[in-house]
Amino acid sequence: MPSSETFYQAEPYTLHEAEIVERLQESPTIFTLRLRFTDPGIRSAYRFAPGQFNMVYLYGVGEIPISIVSDPEDPFLLDHTIRTVGRVTRGMDRLQAGDRLGVRGPYGRGWPLDKAGGRDVILVTGGLGCAPLVSVINYIIRRREQYGRFVLMQGVKHSDELLWRGKYERWSRMPDTQVMLAADVAGSNWPWLVGRVTALLEQVSIDPMNCIVMMCGPEIMMRTAIENLLQRGVPEEVIWLSMERNMQCGTGHCGHCQLAGKFVCRDGPVFCYQDVKAFLGKKGF
Amino acid sequence: MAQMAAAGFSFLQRGRFQQLFDVLQEAGYRCVGPRVTDGAILYDTVTKVEDLPQAVRDRQAPGHYRLESSKSELYFAWANGPQALKPLVFKPRETLWQCQAQPSRGLQFETVPPEAPATAVIGVRACDLAALRLQDRHFIHGPVVDPAYLARRRNLFLVAVNCTHPADTCFCRSTGDGPQVTNGFDLLLSEIDAGFVIEARTDQGVDVLGRLPTEGATAKQLEAARQPIARGAQAQTRRFPTRNLRDTLLSNLDHPRWQQVAERCLSCGNCTAVCPTCFCHSEGDEPTLDGSRSEHYRQWGSCFTRTHSYIHGLVIRGDTRLRYRQWLTHKLGTWHEQYGRSGCVGCGRCISWCPVGIDLTEEIAAICASAADA
Ligand SMILES: Cc1cc2nc3c(=O)[nH]c(=O)nc-3n(C[C@H](O)[C@H](O)[C@H](O)COP(=O)(O)OP(=O)(O)OC[C@H]3O[C@@H](n4cnc5c(N)ncnc54)[C@H](O)[C@@H]3O)c2cc1C
Ligand code: SF4
Ligand code: SF4
Ligand code: FES
Repeated sequence: MPSSETFYQAEPYTLHEAEIVERLQESPTIFTLRLRFTDPGIRSAYRFAPGQFNMVYLYGVGEIPISIVSDPEDPFLLDHTIRTVGRVTRGMDRLQAGDRLGVRGPYGRGWPLDKAGGRDVILVTGGLGCAPLVSVINYIIRRREQYGRFVLMQGVKHSDELLWRGKYERWSRMPDTQVMLAADVAGSNWPWLVGRVTALLEQVSIDPMNCIVMMCGPEIMMRTAIENLLQRGVPEEVIWLSMERNMQCGTGHCGHCQLAGKFVCRDGPVFCYQDVKAFLGKKGF
Repeated sequence: MAQMAAAGFSFLQRGRFQQLFDVLQEAGYRCVGPRVTDGAILYDTVTKVEDLPQAVRDRQAPGHYRLESSKSELYFAWANGPQALKPLVFKPRETLWQCQAQPSRGLQFETVPPEAPATAVIGVRACDLAALRLQDRHFIHGPVVDPAYLARRRNLFLVAVNCTHPADTCFCRSTGDGPQVTNGFDLLLSEIDAGFVIEARTDQGVDVLGRLPTEGATAKQLEAARQPIARGAQAQTRRFPTRNLRDTLLSNLDHPRWQQVAERCLSCGNCTAVCPTCFCHSEGDEPTLDGSRSEHYRQWGSCFTRTHSYIHGLVIRGDTRLRYRQWLTHKLGTWHEQYGRSGCVGCGRCISWCPVGIDLTEEIAAICASAADA
């Protein structure tokens, strides 16, 4: 298993050219770029852990942090699933196979997969914030026998925003795997819950002493979900979450990603709930 | 007896002070020192003693900085100007790397080697050294080393000076960072009427000292050097109630004082710009006009800006109350968990250079006076 310890490149200002080998349109505003480093030396040296991110550079425009969603056992191809929101992402949206980007990374601490073995794994994701957990899903699916029950909860605002519907259906047919989806607003053909992702939690049985919970999405959603879990006796130390803050450097220097005393880029983006609970969803942090 | 030399200390007569510049320049250093520029004392290139601000005093108060002439012949009878060592190691703006776009759609990346000339800084204060140690911890002693900072830091030769004339805004005694210099220097000067008591700390310092026409310092000279430092420390009135305010500040995030200070604060970021320990910066890209090349630069930033905490669809610190609170909860609070001490070295710059005269020691006193328990 790749270690979730941070792997840093010696030279923080060295970017590596990566070629887009494939571009997938996931939804009208979300696309996946499958990248390959052009330098074979970098390709074979590069390793990452689920939950880590790269700083991805669009020529002449800027660098942004993007999670790595592909499987760490296959680091030759890096998948980045990106939502178009602003300057850099809009430019990336226009790229095609054969175009090049700059990549440096991976940065940060990933998910505690080393602590998940033998346990029930519960993933809670909200909004479009599921990218940081996709690599975990891929990772666990490929090593299904090493874990207990696998529960995947995903909430979206509108049912049309659900990505990877086919994948969720496929995942739900895996042994001992439960896929639970919720949409605040549902169109036709939505067999799942209409409501919040936190309402899904009410419907699932949890063995508080033998589970590990990983979540990402809006902080308010995570807080509500965590309250529910704590009430049901899930200990704080098995609840993990991925945080998002403005990031300029990714190396713990620029100061933009600070969450009280933590640098999200370096101490996170994945944190144990215990370590961030005082500031989660707290205005101004 | 008075003529007996005190061990470890040398003495350089005032008339021979130029030799320090000469020796450093011969050793290949560019000398940087205080110079009066546009009504303030700024660090700039100096080549001769006449460049230094002789017979000048600084008057500082909240929102106020003015130079006055004084009768004294001393070169260092003033406290500080708006800059510390920060711009010499962490540049206000610099290019980190550049990218060449090739006709084949390829991108070629190149790191831009940092400019790091061997630089000797003359006149470094105790608070400047304390701040430099903190910046060292941030840029070079963490998990990732910043190569540009490191290159410039390695090439610094530090000639420190003990402070004898703190400004009214100085409170380094309270933070434990001055006015006496204790470590982190190559050479240390204490100025007295007749000249300079000198101590060398590093091998380079010993080497430079060996080339100066010094004599052994006498016990009387040492005493003359010691007294004004102690007097300067006594004269400081501003203080923090304790060196670790982390728990107090984090337990008082909703204290009404944050709103009151926000009503005066302009959110201009002057405090973070003059603060010798603030490290925040943003990065950006500047393509050339023909589009064939793009430079990636970084420049000083501030938690008082909107972009500092912007993530798509949300500004985490959207108003001045939250920004001022970030500045103090970080500087005096969460800095402890990041770097094992407060981020304030008591230099008072943010007090003098605040356009509306906000004084952080006053804000802390007000919060502590009616604080909820930590
Ligand atoms: C650890 C981490 C992992 C992420 N993973 C993904 C992912 O897998 N897929 C995805 O679509 N998005 C991800 N994001 C969010 C993504 O970085 C932002 O959507 C992106 O920076 C927006 O850039 P822009 O220039 O298009 O937007 P603009 O709104 O024009 O933003 C301008 C600048 O602000 C900064 N910025 C804005 N929003 C964010 C943000 N949310 N996080 C950090 N910096 C921001 C960037 O420097 C950006 O260039 C991640 C963010 C973090 C912190
Ligand atoms: S907070 Fe103010 S007094 Fe303290 S080190 Fe920074 S500028 Fe100096
Ligand atoms: S967050 Fe604010 S106070 Fe802290 S280092 Fe950055 S600019 Fe300075
Ligand atoms: S992104 Fe720069 S310090 Fe975290």
